[in-house]
Amino acid sequence: MKKRGYLLFGVLLYFLTSPSHSNAQHSSKGMLSITFFHYVDSLVLNLDSTTYKNSFGQAYTVSNFKYYISNIHLKQADGTEYISHDYFLINEEEEKSKKIVLTHIPKGNYTSISYMIGVDSLHNCSGAQSGALDETNGMFWAWNTGYIFLKLEGKSSFSKSPGNIFEYHIGGYKSPANSIRTVLLKLEQPLLIENTKTEAMKIKVNVAEILKTPSNIDFTKMSSVTDTRNASIIADNYKDMFIIEK
Amino acid sequence: MKNKFIVLIIFSACIILLSFANNASDHSISKKDIELKIPKGFPKPIYDFKNNKISPEGFILGRKLFYDPILSKDSSTSCQSCHQRVAAFAHIDHTLSHGIDGKIGTRNVPAIQNMIWKDTYMADGGVNNMEVQPINPLTNPIEMNESLAHIIFKLKQKKEYVALFKKAYKDTIINSERLLKSLAQFTGLMISANSRYDKYLSGKDTFSIQEKSGLQLFRAKCSGCHQEPLFTDNSYRNNGLMADSSLNDIGRGRITKIEGDNFKFKVPSLRNIEMTFPYMHDGRYRKLKDVLNHYSSTISHNKTTDEDVTKIGSLSDKERKDIIAFLLTLTDKEFLNDKRFVDPNRK
Repeated sequence: MKKRGYLLFGVLLYFLTSPSHSNAQHSSKGMLSITFFHYVDSLVLNLDSTTYKNSFGQAYTVSNFKYYISNIHLKQADGTEYISHDYFLINEEEEKSKKIVLTHIPKGNYTSISYMIGVDSLHNCSGAQSGALDETNGMFWAWNTGYIFLKLEGKSSFSKSPGNIFEYHIGGYKSPANSIRTVLLKLEQPLLIENTKTEAMKIKVNVAEILKTPSNIDFTKMSSVTDTRNASIIADNYKDMFIIEK
Repeated sequence: MKNKFIVLIIFSACIILLSFANNASDHSISKKDIELKIPKGFPKPIYDFKNNKISPEGFILGRKLFYDPILSKDSSTSCQSCHQRVAAFAHIDHTLSHGIDGKIGTRNVPAIQNMIWKDTYMADGGVNNMEVQPINPLTNPIEMNESLAHIIFKLKQKKEYVALFKKAYKDTIINSERLLKSLAQFTGLMISANSRYDKYLSGKDTFSIQEKSGLQLFRAKCSGCHQEPLFTDNSYRNNGLMADSSLNDIGRGRITKIEGDNFKFKVPSLRNIEMTFPYMHDGRYRKLKDVLNHYSSTISHNKTTDEDVTKIGSLSDKERKDIIAFLLTLTDKEFLNDKRFVDPNRK
């Protein structure tokens, strides 16, 4: 009787603790690591040292670059989806943060990946949080509650801000100032996730895209975006900065 | 001899422990003390503690933090420096908020009461969740001027806090989420619903003729914004104050960036108004009669001045006095003297 109790408890515990994913019909689960590689057009991103040029030929250096990735979906050709409920803060300064790992992915052939650059509206309203969403990470606006989705800071002699700095702090989850952007990347070679194996994916992130197309950013005119005003201009620029490396 | 010595040690240890127990009992918090009771007639709270289960230990930690100047950069200022219990946690007789190094803010300190019925916080409604509200005064350079990360660092160095966090959360993690949630447990239970007005409504107290007349006038003239039972409708309004150019405070417009929201501020509750002077978002009026005088005769009409304010019209001397008599019935002595909220460092 006692043994049966343990067994029941064990089964219950399994159901309570095993992560639930939509359409997870397969019992075998695999893992996927995604590495984000930061560069500026043809050059590697080096904080404070390398000089880059924007579309107006204005030279600049980058001192800080970080952003949130969340709501990652992996999709199979038949529409079956895997959803990660984790939040990742990618920070150029912290090598470790640039490699994220998704676990418990059902076995299958995945043909696309999509994710949010930023934090969904629910988690902008959920109060005090920890981990990637801990308010001490410096990616949070206290006076007008909300997460900063992406931060790019640096220097350019063309900037008229004190110390020639430029700073783009992009956030805002409420319309009309909604800067949440979703990225959808198709996988030319389907990604086969198999039992107990960790697949690897590399995503290239072109920082230069933050400052161009559709709106070319002129440091003399817009060197500071630190609230929701104008944030969506920059968000529209960077939504296409990700490419999958083959 | 040795045995006698041991007995003596045990005896003195008992005395010391007993004296601690006695001290603690003054500020002790039982399970009953932290029960969330929704007052009769109040709506369902907006902040529901669903993701922040209240415990006596969590409340005690929140209270300790609330009264501790360690939260400010130079350990000079605590939450209670500006939020005084006897003033329903507003800052009595201070026009604008004071911060560290004698710095002065741009707004009057609001009362802390019935927080869980608010949909947003701050006079401009910029904060969307009670838990993250304290980040503003904690980190604002003209208030406590400290960083959340450094507060956590400092708390981790203090044995007392290590023990308090462990008691509240059953493990050794000290982080900003727990800091803020503990504060929310303490401030969220600051519920004021036992004023003479409340007792009058439930038939446990009586009103004078003047107070009754004041209530009637209040309902006719003021309740469009100050809706019972919370005495606010949680909206933002321009109440016709001439803008103070030295403060340059556009209120709600700063948050929404909508021009039509300029000079609008959150309608404050009037509960305990006797104790929360001075009045208005910038504390410009010291007396209730100044406030009544404003609504009766000094409203400045501009683009966003509220209709409910402009239609109040002129109030006679008697009407003003009656309304004030009613407003004084909103003082909740039980709340102001509630022993759960007393500074735990006070002997």
